[in-house]
Amino acid sequence: MALDNETVKARVQGQFGAAVLEASEYRGDLAFRIQPDDLLPIVLFLRDSADLQYIWLASITGVDYLGRDPRFEVVYHLRSLANQHMVVLKVGVPEAHPHVPSIVPLWPTATYQEREAWDMFGIVFDGHPDLQRILLPEDWDGHVQRKDEPLVYEEVAFSFNHDDVDAQKPYAKE
Amino acid sequence: MAVAEKGVAERRTAIFNSGKNGHVSPGAFPTPQQVAQAAREITVPSPRQVIAANAERMKNSSEFEQSMVLNMGPQHPSTHGVLRLVVELEGEEVVQLAPDIGFLHTGIEKNMEAKTYQQALVMTERTDYLGPMINNLVYALAVEKLLDCPIPPRAQVGRVLLSELTRMNSYLVWLGTHALDLAAMSVFLYCFREREMLLDIFELVSGARMHTSYIRPGGLAWDFPKEFKETVQLFLNIFPSRIDEYEALLTDNPIWKERTVGVGKLNAVDAIALGASGANLRATGVPYDVRKLFPYSGYENYDFRLITGTEGDTYERYLVRIAEMRESVKIAQQALDNLPDGPYATSDRKIWPPPKEEITYSMESLIHHFKLWTEGFKPPKGDAYVGVESGRGELGCYIVSDGSNKPYRVHFRGPSFINLQALPHMAKGQVIGDLIAMLASLDPVLGEVDR
Amino acid sequence: MGLEEKAGNLGFVTTTLEAAVNWGRTNAMWPLTFGLACCAIEMMAAQASDFDLSRFGMEVNRPSPRQADLMIVAGRVSRKMAPVVRQLYDQMSDPKWVIAMGDCASSAGVFNNYAVVQGVDEIVPVDVYVAGCPPRPESLIHGIIMLHEKVKREKLAPRSKANAIRFDESGRQVDRIGSR
Repeated sequence: MALDNETVKARVQGQFGAAVLEASEYRGDLAFRIQPDDLLPIVLFLRDSADLQYIWLASITGVDYLGRDPRFEVVYHLRSLANQHMVVLKVGVPEAHPHVPSIVPLWPTATYQEREAWDMFGIVFDGHPDLQRILLPEDWDGHVQRKDEPLVYEEVAFSFNHDDVDAQKPYAKE
Repeated sequence: MAVAEKGVAERRTAIFNSGKNGHVSPGAFPTPQQVAQAAREITVPSPRQVIAANAERMKNSSEFEQSMVLNMGPQHPSTHGVLRLVVELEGEEVVQLAPDIGFLHTGIEKNMEAKTYQQALVMTERTDYLGPMINNLVYALAVEKLLDCPIPPRAQVGRVLLSELTRMNSYLVWLGTHALDLAAMSVFLYCFREREMLLDIFELVSGARMHTSYIRPGGLAWDFPKEFKETVQLFLNIFPSRIDEYEALLTDNPIWKERTVGVGKLNAVDAIALGASGANLRATGVPYDVRKLFPYSGYENYDFRLITGTEGDTYERYLVRIAEMRESVKIAQQALDNLPDGPYATSDRKIWPPPKEEITYSMESLIHHFKLWTEGFKPPKGDAYVGVESGRGELGCYIVSDGSNKPYRVHFRGPSFINLQALPHMAKGQVIGDLIAMLASLDPVLGEVDR
Repeated sequence: MGLEEKAGNLGFVTTTLEAAVNWGRTNAMWPLTFGLACCAIEMMAAQASDFDLSRFGMEVNRPSPRQADLMIVAGRVSRKMAPVVRQLYDQMSDPKWVIAMGDCASSAGVFNNYAVVQGVDEIVPVDVYVAGCPPRPESLIHGIIMLHEKVKREKLAPRSKANAIRFDESGRQVDRIGSR
């Protein structure tokens, strides 16, 4: 039985009411905007309800909306394999207190993805067994995918400044 | 190394006959209660935790029962790239292990934010470098979802055909390196022989062997050359007999069976809890294939079977992939036979540049062309997630658009990245020699793990 | 003149020691089994059936840096990987050579960003750069032949002053400068 967006929307809004700040549909994808504190009950409801069964966590990712409040957003994509449907959960995370409850106890697959979101955006997942850097070196400073972090750390050599850049380039010795 | 109770021949027949009736029964998926139970039991340790746990254990054990921590990689011939494994061993037996990744972190996601939508395409195929066309496809589909742009049938069918050829290419490298890791050198040479034929096809259509950038947001980069059909047909005629050759070398080979049967078992519930996808998940018996359950690019119009195993061991993963190669040949043949004529890209001039002849006499076309190649197109505000079935599992692409000509945020759900988390769970209690077999059968591509 | 005249048709040839050593070095050069990214796949393809790198005596890959002469840096080097690459280079025994395979290893290619070392020549000295993203196996073979040509012209004198072995007046070896 395939679920449709209307049914899921009615189910979730009927269960949680005002906890769902916004239920939107864009290009066929159903998304709920929620608060960090409501994440665990909603995810548990989506996973464990017999008629929904969103048992497969597709992805967790962070987005940095610099200049907006809340600044960060953690986006969860959940798939129901039996009902062939996907929902998106968007959790707004303020910059002053970037904490989200971890869903590793619900899905071990979140372990790496939450570590990645911490590594890239500095979002803290409370209750994660070992939240540390995963892709960047452990002594790295800052969280690179934030919008206020630079992309490039080295000057690019073009023909007009080639000699200057080349003179500064730390060429290796034997 | 336990030899499974069920005979190998029966297992092969069962896998090759799976999915025959075509429908997916809901009972085949684990229940939420089972997943919840598995989630309580499974942990994915980090290297730091493994080292700390070992130090703790060393303190309380006598001189004769001490375990050791072994470091494998990042430079190791069988870790398939720059993967580092921190393995705690008790004699030959793996107590626990943790992959340490990030040695190939390339900053692709951040770098794509600095490029326009068309420029960012070239980054996609450098993530999973064994499946370039599928990476192009998932990005193109996500951008098209944002743009809400219809794709002409020729491009749709061509995309399916090229995805399947890419899948075969990816599986061939997997099979070659998997066999090489288990000391079967000749399979590697045979696999790369056929892979060269595929790369010749890619070169024919796009001009490049590996990084093709051929599937673009809006359609295909240009039309297929006129030799395309017969070249692909030649390959499709030869390839099934070549798969028989690999099978003759491996399927009933006693060494191969000794190294793979019963090694690295993963059951369906654990696989779902660990988010595994692709052949690794299907070998456990879960009938999840994005092409069947969430069809894209018209996959619902093709006749192919969803291959599933039952045991979920290394041997089954091998059989499932072999059977899927045969299914890929079937899909590619159907796509090739039904390749319609017509335009190869959308006719929307805001997304796709006008043909060269039109520019010479139409002022409007010239402006469109100029605007496209200087500014690019601007999808409306919003976000889109698209998942496709790559050679390794569900490859997802999540794009956030802020209404400008550059993607605000691009995220790839790398299937290898997620599948790799299953390794600590699979390897527990196995011997270290089998770790190589398990890792190879998970088929991680480190470019995609680290992005 | 000289030996050739005396030896006549006895069936042996003479050469300089330098040429003989360099001939040996070029025709049994062992690359390190070490792939990083996309280029590693093309490196594998160069060694597989169609391109057959063993025609040039290059088929024996050594997983241990102690036994390898040539490091083919095949792919992008991230900042996390850079210390590892340098350590592998330091572990290789002299004489050793480096090929930077592909645009990423040569100059970081399309990845002008925080994560990638902007050319592997910032970490290890490079002998031959091979262009391409990834280079075709033919390009890699061309690069290897270029390296062979380079090696054939090398002098037997120490390759660098820093690693030279020094002797005092009595012929006793003194400490190697620059060794670690």
